[in-house]
Amino acid sequence: MEIVDIVPDVLKNNVMITTIDGLFKWARSNSLWPLTSGLSCCAIEMMCAAAARFDLARFGYEVFRPSPRQADLFIVAGTLTWKMAPPLKRLYEQMPNPKYVIAMGSCANEGGPFADAYSVVPGVDKIIPVDVFIPGCPPRPEALIYGMLQLKEKIRHPEIIQKVKK
Amino acid sequence: MIKTETYQLSMGPVHPSTHGVLQVLLTLDGEKVVDSVPCMGYLHRGIEKLMEARTYFQCLPYTDRLDYVSAMNNNFSYCHAVEKLAAIDIPEKAQYLRVIMAELNRIASHMIFIGSLAVDIGATTGMIYPFRDRERILDIFNELCGARMTYSYIRIGGVRSDLSSAIVDMINKFLADLPSMLDEYNNLLTGNEIFQHRLKGTSLLSGEQARRLGITGPMLRASGIDYDLRKDNTYSSYDNFEFSVPLGKNGDNWDRYIVRVKEISESAKIIRQALDGIPDGQITAKVPKVLRPPKGEIYDTTEGPRGEVGYHIVSDGSAKPYRIHIRRPSFINLQALNILCKGYLVGDVVVAMSTIDPILGEVDC
Repeated sequence: MEIVDIVPDVLKNNVMITTIDGLFKWARSNSLWPLTSGLSCCAIEMMCAAAARFDLARFGYEVFRPSPRQADLFIVAGTLTWKMAPPLKRLYEQMPNPKYVIAMGSCANEGGPFADAYSVVPGVDKIIPVDVFIPGCPPRPEALIYGMLQLKEKIRHPEIIQKVKK
Repeated sequence: MIKTETYQLSMGPVHPSTHGVLQVLLTLDGEKVVDSVPCMGYLHRGIEKLMEARTYFQCLPYTDRLDYVSAMNNNFSYCHAVEKLAAIDIPEKAQYLRVIMAELNRIASHMIFIGSLAVDIGATTGMIYPFRDRERILDIFNELCGARMTYSYIRIGGVRSDLSSAIVDMINKFLADLPSMLDEYNNLLTGNEIFQHRLKGTSLLSGEQARRLGITGPMLRASGIDYDLRKDNTYSSYDNFEFSVPLGKNGDNWDRYIVRVKEISESAKIIRQALDGIPDGQITAKVPKVLRPPKGEIYDTTEGPRGEVGYHIVSDGSAKPYRIHIRRPSFINLQALNILCKGYLVGDVVVAMSTIDPILGEVDC
């Protein structure tokens, strides 16, 4: 017996049926709460993305939270140094599950122009797992919005990513 | 018997109002600040060291990423120093273009200051307006060199490209709209009673203290000392333009805010004069493909939006600099933090930090 058969006839045209998992994925992907944490140059573009012109609120992602305990998206915007790495990892660990990470800009991806410096971590994926990489130095706000939309797809269809892994 | 004890509070390195990754160790007595120590280095990228392994041309993009909200001014300062070292003469037209772009970027930088000050005080709406207007300037730069923040437009020997008529129109339109933008900020923020209460009479810095600490830029001028390198040590073509240097009286947060707002209209004045008087001619001087400045060293300064930007370059006659030291105004201005915070409340630390206007890329270098 399918679930559909249990639904009374009166409600059949008014009710949508899905799994709890599907509902949660849909809800999560539409309201990401990013952590207010800028490291360097890219943070200014992140602010621009939230400001009047690019208006991140159109996608429902504008609720920037200063506390990691209330956030579920970590946008690593800027150069990560070895001195900053322990606090950054701690911030990530303080975030409740499920959590996502976007590495914004060349520096966060692989060190960027500072890749050969003694004090720079060559990519945040050495420290914490990353979901979406956004290239650019710094990426334009449009690129950040596109990256967040890609993350939305990833949250809704995790099976796509798993397929690629195999 | 009742006795009180001081305690330590660590603010940062991730805090919404530290403008990046700065940690401040506060020693508090109740809510009063007894001592505040800024701990830097969370964004130390080793730019000075990286420059030693690059040619003079390859060093230029790193200056963009020092003070990333006013990259033009950093490009300008670096190129000015290298040209002085290598004795390259810059065409008059390139000088004018440089001044226009540096002043436009100064306006953009001060708009970020107004926006972030508003956010730090709690007026989130106050951030939206300056950021909206800053996009107009970024559009001009985007049209000019294709980048929104890291331009590398001012090159050694001149500038990258000439002004097209579309860009001149954009600048003229922006200058025409600027007074109404400033009116909007004044209605929204400057006239606001809560805003005034937070800023007036807090975090005093006397002129004498400021001079002893080596503070420069709008922060020094807010304390009443008339020192602006554009006038006092004229470089490029600044001596051709009429403009005044706004000064403060008390050196409190309010003065530091007002001085910067006034500087916006002064910069607009310079841009207008420069646009009217652009001479004909080349936009770049002849520069060899591999630049080998003669053996020697130079220290050269220009006026950035945050103060005196200085480059000390030591050349050993090869294509790469032997050593570059950068005098970053934010780094030196940040020394005043303890004086600005001592004896005030925790809430005032946020305001003081905001009116120092440090850019952490520049502080840590």
